[in-house]
Amino acid sequence: MSNTSERKQIIQDSILRTNARRRIIDKAITVATIACVAAALIPLGSILFEVFKNGASAISFEFLTEPQGSIVRGDGGIGPAIQGTLIVVGLASLMGVPVGVLGGIYLSEYAGTGKFPYFVRFFNNVMTGLPSIVLGIVGYIILVLTIGSFNVMAGAIALSIIMIPIVLGVTEQTVKLVPNSVREAGHSLGIPKWKVTMFITLWSAKNGVLTGIVLGISRIAGETAPLITTILGTSLFFQGFFGPVDALPLRIWRLSQQPYDASHEFAWGSALILILMILSLSVALRYLVLERKFRLRLPPLSLNYSFPIVSGMLKKMRGTKE
Amino acid sequence: MTSPESTKSREERKNMLSSFFLRGRRRGDTIFKWVVIAAAGYTLLLLGLVVFSVGEGSLAAFGKEGFFQFFAQTDWNPVEGRESYGALPYIVGTLVSAGIAMAIGVPISLGIAVFISEIAPPRIGTPVGYIVEVLAAIPSIIYGLWALFVFRFWILDFIERPLHEAFGGSIPLFAQTPFGLDVFTAGIVLAIMIIPIISSIAREILKAVPNSQREAAYSLGATRWETVWKFVFPYAKAGLLGAAILGLGRAVGETILVTMVIGNAVGAAAIPEGLFDQSQTLSSVIANEFNEAVTNFHISSLIALAVVLFILTMAINIGAQFLVSRMVRVVPGARE
Amino acid sequence: MTSEEYADSLDYKVGRTDSDVRDYKVSVRHLDSWFGTKQALKDINFDVKENTVTALIGPSGCGKTTLIRCLNRMNEMTASAAVKGSVFLDKVDIYDRSVDPVIIKRRMGMVFQKPNPFPTMSIYDNVAAGLKLNGIRDKKLINEIVEESLKGAVLWEEVKDELDKPGISLSGGQQQRLCIARALAMQPEVLLMDEPTSALDPIASAKIEELMNDLKKDLTIIIVTHNMQQAARVSDYTAFMYLGELIEYGPTKQIFENPQKELTERYISGKFG
Repeated sequence: MSNTSERKQIIQDSILRTNARRRIIDKAITVATIACVAAALIPLGSILFEVFKNGASAISFEFLTEPQGSIVRGDGGIGPAIQGTLIVVGLASLMGVPVGVLGGIYLSEYAGTGKFPYFVRFFNNVMTGLPSIVLGIVGYIILVLTIGSFNVMAGAIALSIIMIPIVLGVTEQTVKLVPNSVREAGHSLGIPKWKVTMFITLWSAKNGVLTGIVLGISRIAGETAPLITTILGTSLFFQGFFGPVDALPLRIWRLSQQPYDASHEFAWGSALILILMILSLSVALRYLVLERKFRLRLPPLSLNYSFPIVSGMLKKMRGTKE
Repeated sequence: MTSPESTKSREERKNMLSSFFLRGRRRGDTIFKWVVIAAAGYTLLLLGLVVFSVGEGSLAAFGKEGFFQFFAQTDWNPVEGRESYGALPYIVGTLVSAGIAMAIGVPISLGIAVFISEIAPPRIGTPVGYIVEVLAAIPSIIYGLWALFVFRFWILDFIERPLHEAFGGSIPLFAQTPFGLDVFTAGIVLAIMIIPIISSIAREILKAVPNSQREAAYSLGATRWETVWKFVFPYAKAGLLGAAILGLGRAVGETILVTMVIGNAVGAAAIPEGLFDQSQTLSSVIANEFNEAVTNFHISSLIALAVVLFILTMAINIGAQFLVSRMVRVVPGARE
Repeated sequence: MTSEEYADSLDYKVGRTDSDVRDYKVSVRHLDSWFGTKQALKDINFDVKENTVTALIGPSGCGKTTLIRCLNRMNEMTASAAVKGSVFLDKVDIYDRSVDPVIIKRRMGMVFQKPNPFPTMSIYDNVAAGLKLNGIRDKKLINEIVEESLKGAVLWEEVKDELDKPGISLSGGQQQRLCIARALAMQPEVLLMDEPTSALDPIASAKIEELMNDLKKDLTIIIVTHNMQQAARVSDYTAFMYLGELIEYGPTKQIFENPQKELTERYISGKFG
């Protein structure tokens, strides 16, 4: 220990020597991270700004309810597209939500540790990563080829396949979080397990499950790719479940491909409607109503694409925290 | 305190309630159990359906060209009588555009995650986090619309033209005359799209790093950035890698946005030779040609592209899970 | 000693604001601390003699952890923390503007309640972490310091052949000694220990207590503990805190056998905890 004071001096000198540089680096990185935030917020601001600025002028009652007239003159509107979106998304939700919720309940309340639950989880994980165009092709093969024309049902099926893993994943996670005491209270009253699950446990988890459903709906409402290969898009209103139909995302795409100014204006207007629909669904509903009123910590929006995988990762990092 | 009458009716009530709840109990439970199992099984069925249908639909194309040949060929000729299709140019286009998206998107996402979880106080960090996530709620068609009519001119004027003028002669990457619709623009807009995904997962991952690690680092005299870079990041590297790869998966699978800004070159011309070259990705070709495809062979080839995309996405997804689970084993609990 | 001699001795002067800060290694003067609007420490005054072990005891929430963290400015990690008053290390107030907090951290090392070695680093790298962080590059010097620190923490014999193994492959007690070695590598003058054995089994705890006895020959040690028996075993001086105030402070023997304040007596005899 005889050279301890020598060592202290060496360390001290080193600290003094490197301090200035380290502090400058620290400050510089702080500035850099702020720049990163700006790099994300500026495009966001621009997108919202442009959509509102360019789309507002197109909005009118006619725009919202009439089918498209003469393209060059900018007659008519996107009525069929709005109707189509509502129909296809509605149908897809009808197909997707029950399956997703019930499947999530299965994994949370009924599944053991066997192979079947393992594969269900694994494959649902896998499905969240599937590109939506692939699912559009599946819709094409099973319902367009068989029926002979592009149709609504094919689009609804494709969208429901996108929706199911999202709803299933969120349902499983939120239902699992319901404390056991709640279930036990139900059981101790002699209530059969299925009623406990549906009316007590699920009810306790309803906010989370609802969030998952809203996540799913807002995701599929904006999807374009699966619609290209299934519903085709048309300028007419709904003609039956086995005929083609239009939808907002698809309409925006086709309009953007045309060279006319009026088409572009329509495209921005459609974009405005679409954004209003989706943002009001996902943002307003979740953050203002659900979170304020029920004070939940909800899974972030971007986990649309990855929730089951991420929660698995996080669990491993923290050690299972059940 | 309780009279005989009220006790009796309490008994009666109890019996009534139990029998009400017990009625059909066994049957109800069994039925419900099978309902939920069916729902779970349906999801497996769906995946099987997906695999089977695209496999079957692409058979014609793979059969004609040979499975591995299809991956390696570069022509794309829908003219009847001389049809020939190959996926290679689009595989390259997909990888290049996704690569650019990752190169730009990952650092920015990590920067945002570090800002929100390590630097900013919660009352600034939390709202910023929410706002960044709104980016994720915006449908890709609207990204595409904005990129096509607005953003591409920003990139053209502020990045592409200057780079081309300054380095076009010397560096082949910048040699093509830029028009704004090219693989570079596609890459940048893809980056913006994947930023909310990577950054929000990265944020959760960073939050999961125990504070005791940061305390140990500070007690040794580390600055804030040194704590993050040298101690928090290594601890979290498995999760951060997983986050990045999830972003990659998203970038690879994106269709409509890419279609609108990548310039839509076909066949061998779609192999980008420089950043400002036009190209296409596996998904953008399908979107562009599906509705106009006439021959069965053409359609089958497009489906074959979907199969390639499917395989690529699967590989990324499964590879990610494997990598992450291997790295996560490093992370502690003490052996007591 | 006579009462006059006692009145003149440093022991008596300890804890009184009129004592001379130059006689002590660490002196706390009029220290207040807040978390947001809640005041966690109220007018703390005490002195720590060099080469002694001082224990801070008191029921949970009394502020002992807050106090020890104020001693090396670790409290600044918490966003809403505010501090008023002075902490003198030798003659210098560490809260003075001209003082570099990194130097303070070198002079006052810290060991935490739950062992927290860096899991991605080997045993060697863990001990060397502080040195490399602060710019030391001389490999020979680092080797020497690592070996000495591990010896000082009585861990060298157990790990000398396995320096490459990850820091977390050790048992809990070994990990804590690794953390001590890591702190020792910075050649500190004071070692602050925040409940260092509360997460360890009795055998590992005993080893660490033995260690404290050895280390105090070269360092000054301040330890927070909720275990009164431990305080009685290892410390030379004890400070009893309650609700953010320093109630009583003096030589350990005196505190435990002849406490001056009633509150102290009640805590010591277990009437509340």
